[in-house]
Amino acid sequence: MAISTSTPPDGAPGAAHPAGSGSGTEDQRRSTLLHRLDVRVAPYAFVAPFFVVFAAFSFYPLIYTSWISLHRVELSTLNLMEWVGFDNYTALWDDDRFWNALLNTFTIGVLSTVPQLLMALGLAHLLNYRLRGSTFFRVAVLTPYATSVGAAALVFTMLFERDFGMINWMLSLVGVDNIDWDNSKWAAQTAISTIVIWRWTGYNALLYLAAMQAVPRDRYEAAALDGASRWQQFLMVTVPGIRATIVFTIVLSTIGATQLFGEPLIFGQGPNGVTGGADNQYQTLGLLLYEEGWKNYQMGRAATVAWAMFLLLIVVFAVQQVVKRVLARRA
Amino acid sequence: MAAVAAVSAFGLVAGCGGSDSGGTGGGKKDGKVTITMGLFGVMGFKETGLLDKYMKEHPNIVIKADVAGDEQTYYTALQTHLAAGSGLKDIQGIEIGRAKELSDTQQDKFVDLAGLAGTDHFLPWKQSQVTTKDKKVIGLGTDIGPMAVCYRKDLFEQAGLPTERGEVAKLWEGDWSKYVAAGKRFKQNSKDDKVAFMDSSSGLFNAMIYGNSQQFYDKQGELIYATNPVVKGAWKLASEAATSGLTAKLRQFQPGWDPGLANSTFASTVCPAWMLAHISEKAGPANKGKWDVAKAPKGANWGGSFLGVMEKSPVSKEAQELVAWLTAPEQQAYLFEKIGNFPSSKTALGMPEVVDATSDYFSGAPIGKIFSAAAQEIPDEQVLGRKDGTIKDIFSQGLTLIEAQNKSPNEAWETTDKRIEKAVG
Repeated sequence: MAISTSTPPDGAPGAAHPAGSGSGTEDQRRSTLLHRLDVRVAPYAFVAPFFVVFAAFSFYPLIYTSWISLHRVELSTLNLMEWVGFDNYTALWDDDRFWNALLNTFTIGVLSTVPQLLMALGLAHLLNYRLRGSTFFRVAVLTPYATSVGAAALVFTMLFERDFGMINWMLSLVGVDNIDWDNSKWAAQTAISTIVIWRWTGYNALLYLAAMQAVPRDRYEAAALDGASRWQQFLMVTVPGIRATIVFTIVLSTIGATQLFGEPLIFGQGPNGVTGGADNQYQTLGLLLYEEGWKNYQMGRAATVAWAMFLLLIVVFAVQQVVKRVLARRA
Repeated sequence: MAAVAAVSAFGLVAGCGGSDSGGTGGGKKDGKVTITMGLFGVMGFKETGLLDKYMKEHPNIVIKADVAGDEQTYYTALQTHLAAGSGLKDIQGIEIGRAKELSDTQQDKFVDLAGLAGTDHFLPWKQSQVTTKDKKVIGLGTDIGPMAVCYRKDLFEQAGLPTERGEVAKLWEGDWSKYVAAGKRFKQNSKDDKVAFMDSSSGLFNAMIYGNSQQFYDKQGELIYATNPVVKGAWKLASEAATSGLTAKLRQFQPGWDPGLANSTFASTVCPAWMLAHISEKAGPANKGKWDVAKAPKGANWGGSFLGVMEKSPVSKEAQELVAWLTAPEQQAYLFEKIGNFPSSKTALGMPEVVDATSDYFSGAPIGKIFSAAAQEIPDEQVLGRKDGTIKDIFSQGLTLIEAQNKSPNEAWETTDKRIEKAVG
C-alpha cells in the first residue's frame, strides 16, 4: 500500500523533486499522505480487531447488563421492559438469598482456595527436586485440569452419593455413619470444594514450579552452606523468591471462587441444582444469577446479581491493594 | 489496510449476531427435505424407531432429532432460543407444565395446528391445554400420564401386606391417606429397616394435586396455591409421610433414585404410565417379576407432552405432516406397547393394542386396563397456569426440606411460599 521508498528522508517532497510534471507532484503528495496514514493509522487498524471484539463481547454486554438491571424484564419477552430504577438493587440488598449466596461463595471459596494453594505449593516444591520421570509427574498433575468441569463434577457426585457412593462406603469401613453429602450444609460445601481442589491444584502447582525454577540456584547453595534444612530453604528462599506468582495465583483463585458455578450446579443435579440444595445450602452467587435468569426467567434481577458480583470483585481488589500497601509500608 | 481490517472485524461481529436468525435448521436441498426436532426425556419417537420408519416411508425426508435428557435444561434452552429468535428447530416438544406459558406468551411463534387434517381424535381436555384464547392450537398431544401405584410384591410380602394387585388396590381404595396408613403398617412390620415404603414424598404430593381440576392457579389465572385446600391437603399428607420416616428420602429422577430402584431401597412409588419404562430399565432384569402395578386411590394425570411446529420453519408443511403422523392413534398405540407412554388420543384408547396391553416386567399386570381406568377418572378440565412447572419444582424442594433436612412442615411451607413469590413475582 505505502510507497515509502520514493519519499526522501527529509520529508520535504517539493524540495527533492523540483517542478516536474504537475501530476508528479500530485503523486508525491498522495504517497506522502498514504505514508502518513500508514504510519499513524495502520497500528490502530492492527489493534482494532481486539477492541472491536472487546467492545462487542465485553463492554457492550457490561453496559447492556446494567441497563437491563434497571428494568423488570422476562427472558421470554425481552422486548417488553419496564423501568424500575434501582428497585432491583434495593430488593437484592433486602433478599436473604443474596446474603446466603454471598456467604456460601465466601466459605466455599476459602474451603477450596486455601488448601488448594498450600497443596500446590508443596507439590511444586517436590516436583522441583531432581527426580526420575519428572516430566511424567508434571504432566500428571495437570491432567485433572484438562478434564471438563462437567465430567469431574459428575464423577464426584457419584462418589459422594448418600446410599451407594464410594466415599460413604469407605467411611463405613472405619465406622462412620452414612453422611448425606447433598443435604448437610458443611458436607456439601466440603464435597464441592474437593472437586475444585482436585481440578486446580495441579494447575497452580505448575505455575509455582515455573516460578521456582527461576529462583537462582546459588541462593539455595548459600542457604545450605549456612546449614539451612530443606524446610528452612523452602520457607526462607523458595517462598520469598516466588512471591509475585503467589499473589498472582491468589488473584486468579479469588476470581475463580467468586464465579464458582459448574461444580455446585452439577453436584446438585436437576431442579435442585440451580438452587444449590433444598435449603440453598451451597448456592453460590453464580447459581443465584442463573436461578434468577434461567429458572425464574427474571432477566432484570439476574443482571442485578451480575453487577453485584462485579462490584464485589472490585471491592475485594481494592481491599487487597490496601492490605498490600499497608504491609509494604510496615516492611 | 485499515479498511480491510475494519471490515473483517465488523464481519466477524455481524456474523455472530445475524447469520441464523431466519431458519430453524431444516430446509430443502437436492430434493431432500430436512426436518429438525427438539425433544426431551423419553418421548420415544427416536428410541422406538418411529422416526426411522417415517423416513423409510418418505424417502425424500430426513429427520434430525436432538433429545435432551432433562426437561428443565431443554426448556431453558428453548426459552433462550425463542427470545433470541435463533437456534430453534422445526418441531419443538412442549411439556405440559410449560403449555400455558407458551400459549400465553409465545403463541405467535408457533404454527396454528387447528383443523390440520386427521387430527380430530384427541381427548378434549388434552387439546384444550394448548388452545389459546382465540382458538389457536400450538401443539398436538403425544401422551398423557394417568397414574397408578407401582409396588414390589416381595417387599410387601415380607412386611405382611397383601401382594395380589386387586387386594393391594383395596388397601388404599378411594383415599390417599390410606396409602400412607398402609405405609405405616409396612414400616411397623417390615423385617428390613433399610427398605422404605415409598421413594419420595413429592411423588405422593404430585399424585394428589394432579387429581384435581384446579391446582396452583384458578381459571382466571390467579395464583391460588396458598389457599387451595387441595394443595394444603396434599402438603399435609406428604409431609406426614416424610416426618414418619416412610420415605427413602430420594428425589425422583435424581442421582440416588436409580440406584435405589436397582438395589431395592423402597417398596412402592406412585407411577404415571410413562414412568414404567424408566423403572424397568433402572431396576434391571434382576428385579423382573418382582414389580407389580395397582390402581391408585384416585385418578390423576402427571405429565404428558405436545409437539409444536415453529412459525419460522422453512419446511412447515412437511413438519406439520410429521407431527400429525407421530401423534396419530396408531403411533400412540405403538408407543404405549413399546415403552408405556399412554395415548392422548381417544381413538387409540379404544384400540386392542392399548386395552389388552400387559407388562411382562410388572408381573404381567394388565396395564392397558389399569391406566385406561385411571384415565377415565382424570377430571375433564385441567386448569394450567403459567408457572406450573416452576411451582411444582419448588414444592418438591420444600418437601425435601422436611424429608432430608429435618425442617418442620410449617417452616418448610413458609420457605416454599416465599420462594414461589420470588419465582413468579
